[in-house]
Amino acid sequence: MNAVSSFFHGIGDRFRALPRWAKIVLAIAAAVIVYLLPIINPPLITTTDSDFGAVLFLCALYALVAIGLNIVIGYAGLLDLGYIGFFAIGAFTVGVLGSAHAKLPLLLCIPIAMVVTLVSGIVLGAPTLRVRGDYLAIVTLGFGEIVRLILVNADSLTGGSRGISNIPTPPNLDLFGIPHLVWDGFVAKVDLSNQTRFLQFGVTDSIPYYWLALTLVFIVLFLDWRMQNSRVGRAWEATREDEDAAELMGVPTFRFKLLAFATGAAIGGLSGALFATKQQFINPDNFTILYSVLFVAMVVVGGQGNRWGVVVAAALLTWAPEKFRFLADARFLLFGLALMALAIFRPQGLMPPRRSVRAKKADEVAPDQIDAEGVARA
Amino acid sequence: MPDTTPGTTPGSTPDPEQHDTAKETRGTRVDDDTVLGPDTEATPDTSVDISVEEVADLPKGKMLEVEDVTLRFGGVTALDGVSFHINTGEILGLIGPNGAGKTTCFNVMTGVYQPTSGGVRFMGEPLGKRQKFQITKLGIARTFQNIRLFHNMTALENVLVGADAHHSTGMFSALLRLPKHHAEESEGMDRAYELLKFMGLDKRADELARNLPYGDQRRLEIARALATNPKLLCLDEPAAGFNPAEKARLMELIQSIRDQGYTVLLIEHDMKLVMGVTDRIVVLEFGKKIAEGLPAEIQDNPAVIAAYLGVDEDAS
Repeated sequence: MNAVSSFFHGIGDRFRALPRWAKIVLAIAAAVIVYLLPIINPPLITTTDSDFGAVLFLCALYALVAIGLNIVIGYAGLLDLGYIGFFAIGAFTVGVLGSAHAKLPLLLCIPIAMVVTLVSGIVLGAPTLRVRGDYLAIVTLGFGEIVRLILVNADSLTGGSRGISNIPTPPNLDLFGIPHLVWDGFVAKVDLSNQTRFLQFGVTDSIPYYWLALTLVFIVLFLDWRMQNSRVGRAWEATREDEDAAELMGVPTFRFKLLAFATGAAIGGLSGALFATKQQFINPDNFTILYSVLFVAMVVVGGQGNRWGVVVAAALLTWAPEKFRFLADARFLLFGLALMALAIFRPQGLMPPRRSVRAKKADEVAPDQIDAEGVARA
Repeated sequence: MPDTTPGTTPGSTPDPEQHDTAKETRGTRVDDDTVLGPDTEATPDTSVDISVEEVADLPKGKMLEVEDVTLRFGGVTALDGVSFHINTGEILGLIGPNGAGKTTCFNVMTGVYQPTSGGVRFMGEPLGKRQKFQITKLGIARTFQNIRLFHNMTALENVLVGADAHHSTGMFSALLRLPKHHAEESEGMDRAYELLKFMGLDKRADELARNLPYGDQRRLEIARALATNPKLLCLDEPAAGFNPAEKARLMELIQSIRDQGYTVLLIEHDMKLVMGVTDRIVVLEFGKKIAEGLPAEIQDNPAVIAAYLGVDEDAS
């Protein structure tokens, strides 16, 4: 049963053991491959029954969602069952300001959407983060539904159940075309008739949106790493481990819980905004409670607290139902069975965080540096 | 000024064999809670200087005053008009039979409970309705009777959380990696290693707290509390579950913590043990203070003997 995590951690260890230049080269190569996935259309991975670019966009979008929710659930240990609420607020902020009531450009709408969700995170969190555990889950569950019901009923603001259309797209650059590859068995051919215009955002081609989402995933991952490897990350973990003890060790736990909640909300809002601009049309039906459940499943399957784990899980859980579309309705049955099997055999998730890695790094410096004075000089 | 010369306790003799054991344990990391093996008694190195400036130069006199504190839970009176004080630089023993209200008293001092009446002054200032983390920042740190480490964090990280009590890096410093972040991280790291070495835990810095042997967990709690730079260190039965030899070693360790300038409040219900270490002793029974004085006085105090041994009404 440990094979899965030792496989992933094995990759991680081997990667860390490499010299610096090799790490950079490998990381860049991996990033390039991930960016070019929809161009390469690798056989076995590509989805034949639905647009591969669109599937990859959803993978990246949900990866972003999972990173945000991982801060709330994985780091700070707050079970948030209404995350779709923030996603919806982000999407509708873009819809309202970009199309329904004003014509602001998208690049202005996105930061506004993040601020609005951040504030709504604080407004929701300030009273509710005083309750713990199960109660918080119930309150957030209610929040997700309340947001949806408001969207349905606030006709004049959100267009009610008709939703909002003509949501602005990101600005186009349209520099050059990139031809796709087509595969004949395992032989690749360049298909000049099928090209992706570099950075033309439109309804026909999802690939530029995928690149945009993927770039945001990398940026947010980097910021997430910086947050976690600091006083803030430690405070979150301590709060999750034992809230009272953390408080007695000088951690203002409420403030840090609120920070986690608000940060998570802002990332949820960013994802929602991205979703809105890709769809160009949104209505409240896009934001049902089922998505909250799916988002939590991504974090739990990935291994709460491991940012790479939740990214992999989000991509996997989005890609798998699309890949196996030919199984028709049975695929959701299989999907459910797979989740149950996981819960039974691997309750800690595919890639649980291996907590000692960070401390190990510190330890590499330590032994020879702890000299006679007993002070580690890093 | 506190005595900061290196201590010469027997505990500080290095033992190479034990260090090897520690290394082996690290090599074969165990992922579950199965490490209950023999307590590979690590050797504290009391020669490490763990004193900090803000603690070293405190004015002499009363550091903490508990003033007529009464605490009721519904019909139960847990503390009944308890008053005592702690002088700067001493080790005060708080003793009493089980259920006497010792831990409750700790909880009042650290802000876990608000007293029904009366109050606590620290450095001349009433604690009032301060929150727990604010009291820690004022300079009162504690350990717990039943170990409450952050079990899924490493020993080092546990101590770092304590050190963060006097740091102020927030989201923006962390995201932008401002100089403050770097300065506080390296300060915290230095401080943590210093304390882990003092407690004899430096070889296990990267092990998860829950995988440490019991005795190490107890010492790690003390290290974590010390990392907050406390003016007053409150230890709640730090030797619970130890055998007599381990207890004696821990008491020596506590004395050397005091020698480095810290003021210590020690809960312990083993009277014999407390006698040797403490400067003064306060005895509680059923939520009331029944005696206060030098260890020798306490030893001969009939009320204390009665509380511990139980005496017939006639005989007393």
